[in-house]
Amino acid sequence: MKKLVSIALALILVFALCSIGYADNPVVKIGVFEPQSGDNGAGGKQEVLGMQYANYLTPTVEIDGVEYDVELVYADNASSNDKAPTAAQTLISSGVSVVLGSYGSGVSIAASDTFDAAGVPAIGVTCTNPQVTAGCDVYFRICFLDPFQGTVLANFAKSELGATKAYCLAKQGDDYSGGLCNYFIEAFGADNCVYEQFPDGTSDYSTYITNAQNQGCDVFFSPVSTEAAAQIIAKANTQALGMPILAGDTWDSNVILAAAKGTDLQICVTTFYQEGADAEFDAGIKEWINSDATALANNGGNDELAAVTVMGFDAYYMALEALKAAGSTDPADVLEVLPGVTYEGVTGAIAFDEIGDALRDSAFVKSCNTETGVWDFVSVATVG
Amino acid sequence: MQTVLPYIISGISVGGQYALIAIGYTMVYGILRLINFAHGDVFMVAGLIMVYLAASLPLYVAIPLVILLTVLLGFTIERVAYKPLRTAPRMSVMISAIGVSYLLQNLALYITGGLNKNYPQIPWISDRISILGMETTRVTVITPFLTILLVVLLVLLINHTKIGMAMRAVSLDFEVSQLMGVQINTVISVTFVIGTFLAAVGSILFFTNYPGVVPTSGAMPGLKAFVAAVFGGIGSIPGAVIGAFIIGIAESIIKGLDTILIVNGAITEQIGLATFSDAFTFVLLIIILVFKPTGLFGEKTADKV
Repeated sequence: MKKLVSIALALILVFALCSIGYADNPVVKIGVFEPQSGDNGAGGKQEVLGMQYANYLTPTVEIDGVEYDVELVYADNASSNDKAPTAAQTLISSGVSVVLGSYGSGVSIAASDTFDAAGVPAIGVTCTNPQVTAGCDVYFRICFLDPFQGTVLANFAKSELGATKAYCLAKQGDDYSGGLCNYFIEAFGADNCVYEQFPDGTSDYSTYITNAQNQGCDVFFSPVSTEAAAQIIAKANTQALGMPILAGDTWDSNVILAAAKGTDLQICVTTFYQEGADAEFDAGIKEWINSDATALANNGGNDELAAVTVMGFDAYYMALEALKAAGSTDPADVLEVLPGVTYEGVTGAIAFDEIGDALRDSAFVKSCNTETGVWDFVSVATVG
Repeated sequence: MQTVLPYIISGISVGGQYALIAIGYTMVYGILRLINFAHGDVFMVAGLIMVYLAASLPLYVAIPLVILLTVLLGFTIERVAYKPLRTAPRMSVMISAIGVSYLLQNLALYITGGLNKNYPQIPWISDRISILGMETTRVTVITPFLTILLVVLLVLLINHTKIGMAMRAVSLDFEVSQLMGVQINTVISVTFVIGTFLAAVGSILFFTNYPGVVPTSGAMPGLKAFVAAVFGGIGSIPGAVIGAFIIGIAESIIKGLDTILIVNGAITEQIGLATFSDAFTFVLLIIILVFKPTGLFGEKTADKV
């Protein structure tokens, strides 16, 4: 009897395997290299949402005349530079044709060697530090870069906010905030900037607020992770900061809106996309987010769109374009054609330069409406 | 003075929160000779429980419930992870404590999905107030006084009650007090209950001030509180409290040292001292361990042969 049962179980297992093997379409895998936990977990999840929505709209792709099912393979880099190479290796081992991500420049830089060694192309979605693509042949990206963003922010602080002295706060050892602060300081003038860094695991930001006030600064620049941002906003509010807060693309998130709602702070950010630029797209993705409980939770509990979500959406289609152009699922073939791939996305036209960076010359400036808790459009900024 | 004052006030507040955690470390060490590495994570779990309870219950129900559930968690950890190892070598219990710490962190990671959870606003104590010309929250001012009140009560409990006497006896000699009829398991459970109670109170004060809970939220405060306990002399309650206040204030001043010096004209350029605030705490730990291993108020022990 026992033998009979075990034979039956074995047969069930075999049949189960067969049924997987005889799925109707072949599968092409796209790696999603994003933080799902840690400092940038919230941002990473929002970026993934865009890819999932794109995958929901377009679940298949025709490569060389054959219809393939697209499967998203996830790896959590935990926002940590030392876990990033392992996560990258996981994706490579599972046989992905192309990788999307990551949110956060540090993890992308840390994983670039792993992707390079395996010859798997990676498309950075919102990693803005120049070092992601510099010196790495397989890394491309669809967003603007920090030297550009830093200059835009510095110009905005000077001309629009009338600032003469800036307080810059970055996280120690974080390539994104440190890099962006440096480019901001370069453009703003080093003599007029106070630059400080806080260590990993900091929870008391009140002293940094006091520092900015005591040194007579008139703008507070802190392009840090949204987790730290929520704390900084809370402290800025209770300590009556008294100057505008300025930040980069990471702050374009509903985490910031929730933290700033009901305060009397002025918060401005530069970002990739302004909600309302494509009404049809906005309506579609909001409906999808609201219909899926997990998606809604990952978006922070409401359907306010983050720019990184829209960038994730465009990145997915960029990957599909690359697969179509390559006519193969082999990473090497995708890598070969990727520099020439172009795509007209929701966030604008995307094309790569010779380093693999996107040719983009404009950023949106938005300010936080602390009464209604939404972003107000301010201007489109370019650098002459 | 006007420049330095905000740093000192914020430092005293941080110190008070460290103190409430440090007492848990020092009491457990005093009795079990165990460094309870899971203590910082219990503190974090208390924060998470509050986040989830406050979403559905009014605060006057949620706050007592948070304290109750946290105490229950501390009690359960002791019964499940430490009590079966009572006769095992001390190292095994310590490894078990590290295991519990990782278990709690990863459970929190699983439940929250790694996302930052916003701590609920507690009315009145999170209101903005102006004190001596600086803006801060009411909780910043309340924390040190509440801490000192709780410590005084705790010292009274230890010195003037029967269970307090039993605790002192157990901490002096584990086996002899057992022979004298002290219910050792009860005493240890009470120790954990008090320690986690203080951690729960500390967590309410801490997260009201710094409102974001992530699975690793307990790690840094836990580590700092541990340093405070060692600095004050591990096993000594007043020592832990004083150590915590010193570390809190010193850290806060170091973070603002550049600014203080510039405003007072001692230096003209940033020299980046703020970066060393954490380093200071841990260098202090090394110095204390090298030059005065028993800490400020620690008991002198001679090894029994």
